[in-house]
Amino acid sequence: MKLSTIRIVFLVGMLLVFGCLNKKKAQLIDVAEQKTQLEIYDFDGLEPILKKEDNTVYVINFWATWCAPCVKELPYFEDLYASYKHKNVEVILVSLDFPHQYESKLKPFIKEHDLKSKIVVLDDVDSNSWIPRVNKDWSGSIPATIIYNKNKRQFYEQSFTYNELEEALKKFLN
Amino acid sequence: MSKTIKLFTVACLVLIIGAFTTPENNLGEGYKIGDIAEDFSLENIDGNMVSLSDYKDAKGFIVTFTCNTCPYAVMYEDRIIALDKKYAPKGYPVIAIMPNNTSIKPGDNMDAMKERAKSKGFTFPYLIDAKQEVFPKFGATKTPHIFVLDKTESGLIVEYIGAIDDNYKDASAVNTKYVENAVDALIEGNEVLQKETKAIGCTIKV
Repeated sequence: MKLSTIRIVFLVGMLLVFGCLNKKKAQLIDVAEQKTQLEIYDFDGLEPILKKEDNTVYVINFWATWCAPCVKELPYFEDLYASYKHKNVEVILVSLDFPHQYESKLKPFIKEHDLKSKIVVLDDVDSNSWIPRVNKDWSGSIPATIIYNKNKRQFYEQSFTYNELEEALKKFLN
Repeated sequence: MSKTIKLFTVACLVLIIGAFTTPENNLGEGYKIGDIAEDFSLENIDGNMVSLSDYKDAKGFIVTFTCNTCPYAVMYEDRIIALDKKYAPKGYPVIAIMPNNTSIKPGDNMDAMKERAKSKGFTFPYLIDAKQEVFPKFGATKTPHIFVLDKTESGLIVEYIGAIDDNYKDASAVNTKYVENAVDALIEGNEVLQKETKAIGCTIKV
């Protein structure tokens, strides 16, 4: 009786300990994943991504987690990437999130939505100098998207549906 | 023969110029620098209708498209209040207009606007563009989006379009105060040097 009680207590104790350890491990992994380094650039650092001259079609979307229409259309960019990544298409999501929200908003968002497209972060307050370098007609509202290859480029200051986005991309595919 | 070449050249030129003047999109519509801005009549948070013509003594206006829900707009609220405190006594009051469709952004509805204005202590009218007819005339595309108007005999001339300053994150780290520079120039009777600037903002919800 006494022995079996001790056994049970021991077992329960072991379970608790292992349970806790597991949980702690899971938390550690969580933290490790969240600490995944964001690629953060000022505009000079970002610009080469907008001007590549290889055989890829680049779809560059300017977005932020605080921008509702951006978040709404983000799955379409993800779907586009899934459907066309084997056809020399790269999707790059340029986040304009605020630095003080990288940890609290952006990283959890990327994780929660399991974003597969390449994500870079633009942190450059002097927007008056860099917005015209993205496109001279851009007023600065987001979402905004560039599709380009080495031969041509199109800028869109608008939201997309999946079909609209795919149609826009198809103009760059032969 | 040379006449044919000349004609051909002219035709080419016409085509080329045509190609370059075709607008890439329709977002560029609205007031340009130097245009005359039309007056409007919009409901204020106190229930009264406000028009620019109500301000008999004003020398001009700092028309500011802003809202409650855009983080960029929120980061500029204190600076918008400061602009009004500094320039309303000099004849250039802030007129804030909330342009969003409130069925998409309930956080920008009239009740929320009243609450926000009260808690922040807005010193200026906070108007709602309920029919969303005013912001397209200005060509505002986002919040915050500023239009500095100067009152002249021929009307309210658009003298500046763009951002308040060059650092949304930190008011104390600003290098250039675009709106202040524009209004100062007008007060001193000088030409506004930097007439247009670009900044990131939240798309106006329609």
